[in-house]
Amino acid sequence: MIFKKLAITDSRLDEIIGNLLRAGVIIASLIVLAGGGEYLTRHGKELPDYRIFHGEPSDLRTIPGILESASSFRGRSLIQFGIFVLIMTPVLRVAFTIACFGLQKDRIYVGVTLIVFALLLFSLAGGNR
Amino acid sequence: MDIALFSALIFLGSVTAGFLGSLTGLGGGVVIVPMLTVLFGVDIRYAIGASLVSVIATSCGAAATYVKEGFSNIRLGMFLEMATTFGALLGAAVTGMISTRAIAVIFGIVLLYSSYLSAQGRPSTAGEDAPDFLANHLHLNGTYPSPHGPVSYQVHSIPTGFSLMFLAGALSGMLGIGSGSVKVLAMDRAMHVPFKVSTTTSNFMIGVTAAASAGVYLNRGYIDPGLAMPVMLGVLLGSFFGSRVLMISRPKALRIVFAGIILLLGFEMIYNGLTGKP
Repeated sequence: MIFKKLAITDSRLDEIIGNLLRAGVIIASLIVLAGGGEYLTRHGKELPDYRIFHGEPSDLRTIPGILESASSFRGRSLIQFGIFVLIMTPVLRVAFTIACFGLQKDRIYVGVTLIVFALLLFSLAGGNR
Repeated sequence: MDIALFSALIFLGSVTAGFLGSLTGLGGGVVIVPMLTVLFGVDIRYAIGASLVSVIATSCGAAATYVKEGFSNIRLGMFLEMATTFGALLGAAVTGMISTRAIAVIFGIVLLYSSYLSAQGRPSTAGEDAPDFLANHLHLNGTYPSPHGPVSYQVHSIPTGFSLMFLAGALSGMLGIGSGSVKVLAMDRAMHVPFKVSTTTSNFMIGVTAAASAGVYLNRGYIDPGLAMPVMLGVLLGSFFGSRVLMISRPKALRIVFAGIILLLGFEMIYNGLTGKP
């Protein structure tokens, strides 16, 4: 009986997480597509230069920089903002899973997911550089 | 070759990468890095940045389908992800202290051997369906859909699998590679998880592991928008097709594709280790 109840909530959990991922991916691609269009119209005829590593300018390297320069609607800045949305999708997914396990009162997995989330945030903040 | 053509070619290559990556649970990096460095002469650091984006894109693009259809086991993935993320943090911390070249060569040899084992299929061990105390206690057993209705399975050897996942994380932290290969192998061979569940659960996990390293690579300036744009869009499209093909394909055919790709990956790791490329 208990097992059956668990199975139903689990498949609902799957459904919600599936939708969340899909939404994240679609939003990120639309932003990247818009930025890519702008970038290609302006620079499409130039030559690519990736043989030598220059690194990115600081407004495309840090999260505050990316968020700030995205409002300029320049192609490269918009793409980088879309990439940022994509990177945040798995992070949000983990956060959301904590809430779902919480609703199921599954204490073991709330703990497990919290540990993963904490390690993820620590690492995203550049903790292991 | 101008940027428009360059982007179009990378887009096409990335569709292939996303297709194979989502089908095998390895992520798109296996195809992206050699394609960018060897065919397009891109600096390895830009290639690693683009590869990281491709892994997250494969994972998210395919996971939307896998999770909804009930292939990937979220509890199993989350439980093992603790070991992987922790391993990745430790691996990155010790990078300076050990010879990554020797590790790359050893890892390459392990992959060659694993490729051979994977192609053989799994031997039926006695007591395959005997319940495992830890797996029951942690609710790790599950079911996956098949043409004949849901098939239930038992997960085994939790401590061994957990240790292998730690190793997978440490390898990705040290070598800067996605560790999908070790994840699939650990679930398939050690924990006796059905092959499709192994690859789709690995597919879920690699996205989380890659997101963990994304902050570091972004800060180092490895992620270039001009390169990441065609890679991300191509990989998403490819993983969309890959995830649909996985649902209808036979596990045996998937095993052969997986074995072939990790065979190539094994040679690549040995070559890189011997020549000292990162």
